[in-house]
This record gives sequence, structure tokens and C-alpha cells, in this order.
Amino acid sequence: MSREEIRAAVLHALGEVAPEADLAALRPDVPFREQLDLDSMDVLNFIIGLDQALKVAIPESDYPRIATLSSCVAYLEAKVSAGSSFVR
Amino acid sequence: MPSLGADMAAGTLLEWLKQPGDRVARGDLIAEVDTDKGVIQVEAFTTGTLERILVEPGQKVPVGTVMALIRDDAVTAPAAAPPGAGPPAAGPLPQRVSPLARRRAQELGVDLASIQGTGAEGAVTVADVERLARGAIMPTATPAVDDSAARMRGAIGAAMARSKREIPHYYLSNTIDLGPAMAWLAEQNQSRPVADRLVAAALLLKSVALALRDFPELNAWWVNDRAVRQPSINLGVAVSLRQGGLIVPALEAADQASVDELMRRLTDLVARAKGGALRASELASGTLTVTSLGDRGVDIVLGVIYPPQVALVGFGRIAERPWVVQGAVLPRPVVSVSLSADHRVTDGHRGALFLDRIDQLLREPGAL
Repeated sequence: MSREEIRAAVLHALGEVAPEADLAALRPDVPFREQLDLDSMDVLNFIIGLDQALKVAIPESDYPRIATLSSCVAYLEAKVSAGSSFVR
Repeated sequence: MPSLGADMAAGTLLEWLKQPGDRVARGDLIAEVDTDKGVIQVEAFTTGTLERILVEPGQKVPVGTVMALIRDDAVTAPAAAPPGAGPPAAGPLPQRVSPLARRRAQELGVDLASIQGTGAEGAVTVADVERLARGAIMPTATPAVDDSAARMRGAIGAAMARSKREIPHYYLSNTIDLGPAMAWLAEQNQSRPVADRLVAAALLLKSVALALRDFPELNAWWVNDRAVRQPSINLGVAVSLRQGGLIVPALEAADQASVDELMRRLTDLVARAKGGALRASELASGTLTVTSLGDRGVDIVLGVIYPPQVALVGFGRIAERPWVVQGAVLPRPVVSVSLSADHRVTDGHRGALFLDRIDQLLREPGAL
């Protein structure tokens, strides 16, 4: 899966929890929660969306690593390319 | 037309989901109604055959209006009227109106049929008339009267203004060490698939529900100038809508649900609240509201009680703070919990004990 495909999956999952957001205007290095007014239920639903789309295990302890668009895509890219041991 | 709270005066029927001749069971969704709180699905409150529809799509009718008739085996019962579990609503007829209120209604040009009385045995009071008159005047002066966000803001404003006008609030707050609860939560979530993970809100809600068992006077409605304890602990959950506004559907019998079950129901309730698919009964049955603004960085929430309830619990953000444990200062996750309560019903002493009970319960999260 390419970086662009992962980025698209992240934006799709975000769009599901914040349908009114202008995702094209998302600043890549600012936390989602600050830009999109996400609460803890939104964050959980976002991670469920990523889990369903990418089949990648994201432990709760790694939530800080997916806080921004840049870090989230980099984290998921590493997980996907690391192979099946990280894929649930 | 069911009442979805003390602030609702009328609703517009959008669509019948059942037709004359259809069998309906108690709890079946039978209609969709547009209210100041958004589109709400109305349930049948009895089982039988839908015999006759009395309100057509597009019609706006006052709370308490009979919308359809359901024929039971022995009797014909009105359908889609206020559910029994809901807050008291004025029936269409007969209506108790004091002579003074009737005269005031004439002076102000207010239609008495559209008023939900708050006086003794549901009687319409002068205050009810004047409240409706104020509500009727304000929207006509507002250009965005047809805008749903403006209508919702108006409904929230009416309920909160009434609360602040009529309820002598008192406020208490406490700070709770959530160390045990957060450690338990992390341990649980480590071994769970993502869809089964818990959020701290589930634990907080369960602790409030269980604490209410020991403080039933806080799980009550103020009706006809007295507090009426409610048989079920139905926690209203304040949900902020992304388009603006607030809605408070209830998790019914929350004390009887496991934390997992509460989490599933909370997820479903929040999704339906944001998607506009709530049921009338869920908006009318709350017995105490819980609100949390911790995700927005707020330290303490001092909320306004939602009538006819007599108390509200607020949670702030969960944050690491220096905390003294056996003489040592340690970083601990703590949260502020607050109580807004009606002084006509309880005193600060009982309120303080209630907050302390929540604290005790959260120290043993595995037992929730």
C-alpha cells in the first residue's frame, strides 16, 4: 500500500467522524483534536475506521503517535511495510 | 405528540412509519417528528393495530396532541402520545388553567392549548403563559427562525433560563485520583480489539449510576412542587453536536448495565445523536444528566440542571497532577467531578457524600 493510499485512508476515516471538516485545509503537523474538535469517542471511532480500512493493529499506547496527519501516515506506513507481524 | 422535555411546546410530523391496519408493538418506531431538538423517532407506547391517523405529515401540533389511534384487543388507545416514562406533559383536554393565567393569556394573545403546565397537577400558571409569550415573541424577531440551529439554541435557552429562574442551584466539586481507574482501563484495552475498547467516560458514567443507588433523592424529577424519585436510573448524556447545539439522550437503567454494555450503548447513543436518529423515549426519560467537557481541556464543569431533573454531574479533563500518596508527591491522573443540585431537594451535605461515593467507586474500577 502506497503512502498516498494510506493518507487517503486516514482522511476518509477522519471524514467519517468529522463530516463537516474541510480536510483539504488540514495542517499536517497540528494535532487532529485541535483542528477538528474531536472528543475521545471521535478518536476511538477514527481508530476503528483505520483498523477496518488498513487491518493494522494500533495499541492504545501508540495513540500519541497518530495525533497529526504527518505522524499518523508515517506510523501506519511503517506498520504496513513492516509486514504481517504487525498486521492483525 | 410526545414531550421531549420541559422546554418543548410543539412538534411537526414528518412521516408515518406505519400505516392504518399495521400491527405495532410497544416500542416500535411509528413516526418521525421534527422538533427544536432535531428529528426524533417516535415509538408506540402500546401494542395493537394502528387504526387511524389523526395528524398528517407537515402538521405542527402541541405537545400532548393525540396523533393516531391504536386498537388493542379490548380498548382503543391513543398512540404516539407522551410515553409514560417521560416528563409530565399537558394532555390536550381537559386543561387546568388558573383564572389569572387565562386572563394573562388573553392579554398576551397566547394560545393556551400550546402550553405545557407546570403548576399543581399540570395546571397552566401565569409564569407558563409569560414564558410562552416571551418564547413566541423572540423567534419572530429572529431572522433565522427556520434555521434548525437557531431553533435548537432557542430550545436550550428556554430550558436553561427556566432552570436558572426556578431552581435554587448549589454547586460542589471534588478532585478524584483516577490512578486505579486509568490503570485498569489501560490493562483492559491492551488485550481488546479496537472495536471493543473502553473510554474513561464509560467508567465515569457507571460510577455515577451506582452512586445514585445510594442517593435516590438525586435521581428525581421536580413535579407539581415536589420531588418525585424515579424508579429507574436513566443517565442523560450531554452530547455536543458538530453543527452546534446540545442534545441529552438517556442511557436507561445505566446502573444495571456492565461497563462493556454501557460502552456499547454509549457508542450507539452518541452515533445516533450526531446522526439525528434518536427516539422520543430516549430524550424524555433522563433522570440525572452527566456532562463532560474534559476533552475540551476544561478543568471543572458547573452545569445547569435540566428540568425536571434535580441534579447534574460534570466531569473535567483527566490530567496528570502532583498528588500526595503516603507522604510522597507523585504524578497521578486526576479529574474534577462536580455536582449541580437543586436546594429544594437536597443539601450540600448529601451532595458531598454523593461525590465521595463516586470517588470510592472509582477506586475499585474492577467492581464497577
